[in-house]
Amino acid sequence: MSLLGFCQWLEKTPWSIALHESLWVYPIVESVHVLTLCLFLGTAVMLDLRLLGATMRRVPVSEVVRRILPWTAAGFALMVISGALLFYAVPVRTYLNIFFRLKIVMLVAAGLNVWVFHSTVYRRVAEWDLDPVPPRGARVVAGLSLALWAAIVVAGRMIAYNWFDPPGVH
Amino acid sequence: MSLLTFFEWCEGSAVGHAIRSSQWLFPVIESFHLLALALIGGAVLVVDLRLLGYGLRRQPVRQLSRDAEPWLIGGLVVMVASGMLLFSSEAVKCYYNAAFRAKMTLLLPAIVFTFTVRRKVAAADETRVRPFWSKVVAAVSVTLWSGVGAAGRWIGFSG
Repeated sequence: MSLLGFCQWLEKTPWSIALHESLWVYPIVESVHVLTLCLFLGTAVMLDLRLLGATMRRVPVSEVVRRILPWTAAGFALMVISGALLFYAVPVRTYLNIFFRLKIVMLVAAGLNVWVFHSTVYRRVAEWDLDPVPPRGARVVAGLSLALWAAIVVAGRMIAYNWFDPPGVH
Repeated sequence: MSLLTFFEWCEGSAVGHAIRSSQWLFPVIESFHLLALALIGGAVLVVDLRLLGYGLRRQPVRQLSRDAEPWLIGGLVVMVASGMLLFSSEAVKCYYNAAFRAKMTLLLPAIVFTFTVRRKVAAADETRVRPFWSKVVAAVSVTLWSGVGAAGRWIGFSG
């Protein structure tokens, strides 16, 4: 089955229809998705700013990672769950939406960025843990992270618009 | 001049008109509003988590609060500026919108509380503030700001 075929099947499942047509649940799920930005992206931004040497310069980087990142991860879990539900409520239109596709691509890039950080420069964090301004590698990762997440938020907001949808899907 | 007349004037302004007649201006401005939301969330939470006894527990509250404040203020400036632009494009709708009224009603105490009580508690000598009161302050702060955010999201759903 193609991805589109899967989305078309998904769209006809009773729970998808119920979610799509619900008066309260859909807006509540969407509100959770938006407001979790504070927990997820807010804490991620604070870590990125620390990696850029722009805030909390006296706090060891490893301490920010250890004590703040679990909150970021919890926020991310909420984001994924609420986001999956939003997709489940409107599968075909979302799948065909160019902003949704861009968002997914950038999410993968942001994930790779996190992986690169943890498997390279963060391995040697003991050497620069207390530097007010971390080494270049860490700053590049933090800058990329901020740019990617900002673009992901913008793309996410734009999913509501179907300017570039192929004709005949509504 | 009544409040409604003022709102009508905002909606009739050139800025309001320009945003309304553009297909992409509103969502683009709203994206900045959302990015500022994340920044404010982070700057508020780093301090409130610490006051609640989570997060960066080894760091003095005073230092964290001082570090986060410029980002909080920067976020608020972007938030208010983008919010006023969004408002100008649909001011009359906002006038009759219960969620908008709730948001404005919560926004004032949220800002006042943050820059008076919360700021004072965060700057105080930690040995002289009882942990219980620190937690109350953080809980009030998180509740007020969450209320502002939730009401804000609801403006788009109601009316």
